[in-house]
Amino acid sequence: MDQPVPLSADHHDPFAKPGALTPAGSLPIVRVADLQKFYGDNHVLKGVTLEVYPRETICLIGKSGSGKSTLLRCINFLEEPTVGLIEVDGLRVDADPLRARSRQHLEQIRQIRLRAQMVFQEFNLFPHMKVIDNLIEGPIRVKGVSRDQAIATAENYLEKVGLAEKRDEYPGRLSGGQKQRVAIARALTMEPKVLLFDEPTSALDPTLVGEVINVMEELAHEGATMIVVTHEMAFAREAADRVYFIEGGQFVEVGPPDQVIEDPKDPRTREFLARTFGKAHVPG
Amino acid sequence: MSEAARGGPAGAQNEYDLTLARPEDIVRRVAVHRARSRRRFRTIFLLTWLVLVGALVIALAQSGKVDPAFIGKWGPFILGGIPVTLFVSVVSIIFAVVFALFGALGRLSRNPTIYAVATLYVSLVRGTPLIVQIIFVYLALPQFGIVLDPLTSGIFALSFNYGAYLTEIFRAGVEAVPRGQREAAAALGMQERSIMRRVILPQAIRIVTPAIGNDFISMTKDSALVSYVTIEEVFWRANNAGTQTFRNFEALMIAAVVYWVMTIVLSFGQERLERRMAQSDVRV
Repeated sequence: MDQPVPLSADHHDPFAKPGALTPAGSLPIVRVADLQKFYGDNHVLKGVTLEVYPRETICLIGKSGSGKSTLLRCINFLEEPTVGLIEVDGLRVDADPLRARSRQHLEQIRQIRLRAQMVFQEFNLFPHMKVIDNLIEGPIRVKGVSRDQAIATAENYLEKVGLAEKRDEYPGRLSGGQKQRVAIARALTMEPKVLLFDEPTSALDPTLVGEVINVMEELAHEGATMIVVTHEMAFAREAADRVYFIEGGQFVEVGPPDQVIEDPKDPRTREFLARTFGKAHVPG
Repeated sequence: MSEAARGGPAGAQNEYDLTLARPEDIVRRVAVHRARSRRRFRTIFLLTWLVLVGALVIALAQSGKVDPAFIGKWGPFILGGIPVTLFVSVVSIIFAVVFALFGALGRLSRNPTIYAVATLYVSLVRGTPLIVQIIFVYLALPQFGIVLDPLTSGIFALSFNYGAYLTEIFRAGVEAVPRGQREAAAALGMQERSIMRRVILPQAIRIVTPAIGNDFISMTKDSALVSYVTIEEVFWRANNAGTQTFRNFEALMIAAVVYWVMTIVLSFGQERLERRMAQSDVRV
């Protein structure tokens, strides 16, 4: 995997296999093939291939600057990939940096986005809207759901993240952990096919990480499809079907958590884990 | 601990010593002290103004060069221009905001033609004197068959001019909304137009409201320039009264005081508005 593999739309993730909860005969819900990303002359992603089956939880781990967040942000086109292809729920969009996106492509990207909802490190709740309005904005504006229906769905998911009583608060009055749980509920209210988590606990006070992780573990165990960029190894161990360790824009080691986290083969993975656990004071 | 060790005088308890006071007394006495210093500051401030302005008024009255009867005779005529000045300013700021909204959207557009038009507008207006623009609209446009009455020309020129300055303020306001807000809205699947209207603009407007207030206050003063197109506002009346009676000092003094008082009242209103906005400000 050290050399970038030649681009091929038929290239598949050699490590992907349906997870424990995946219904038999399912096809991958997310497919990333030979993805490369340049920022100027900075080669951030050097050809990564990733497949995620329905009801799987995948963790992307690696140092900051390794390309893990960039990879995640390419999946919903918050970053334009430079080379390669993305497929979500059968909607395929190829990297095409040399031409302006056509209206049709933009619409397809929008369709991918509403199927692959993202939870951000910095929450990014809308500060001028109450919690409930944050949740129903997408369903009403984007999916054309009726207001009553959207409110019912939103209340249901607020309840799920344990914040039903914050329905009419403004985000500014919530703690970081509560904000992130609201952000998760906002993503869930869109009823997406896959959830993308971009370091969801990295901006949180350590005492507030647990409440967010609990919600995420519950989702994983219920069979939500999740791709999670995280430094929380305990979460990866507990919830991930597969862990992808990325360094220098390439996958270095991939496998189930008891292999990649408990018994890493590659020296780079070992070094990363030793440093991560060293910092967290948890024995490797 | 002895009194001396605390730095206080030995023996009887110092009235400024809170060491032995009960918490509620500390809170009360600190609050009383704060309120007293605030009052003291305000009193000295007002007295200083009174003394300086009073001294000026007395000096002028004593000089024998100023005719007090002028005020009684022409004061009401000049003051009668206040509604005109305010009308011109209010209507112009409203149109200026409309011009600025389109201007800012143009300046933020990725379409090169739209961007070029908006940039030309800003450059042209900011690169030429307001007084030239006002007279141009009134005197030069008729050469091309465009004849506007004085009030319309004055308001058009003022709002067109202020619109250009506000354009840049609005653009900066939109750019000051954190990038995550746009990303979160895009990730929900919202279209460009909804992102702007529902997420970015409501937050940008909050950011630029104080600037609109500032421009409105400056507009009330710059509106004096529309006297050149014979709109009978405060300055026009003062100027006419002055030249008719050869009492320019008295007339212009009255006009100056009128503008001064208007801006003080408006600044006061603006301060209160800003304070109220700060209170309800809810940031993520």
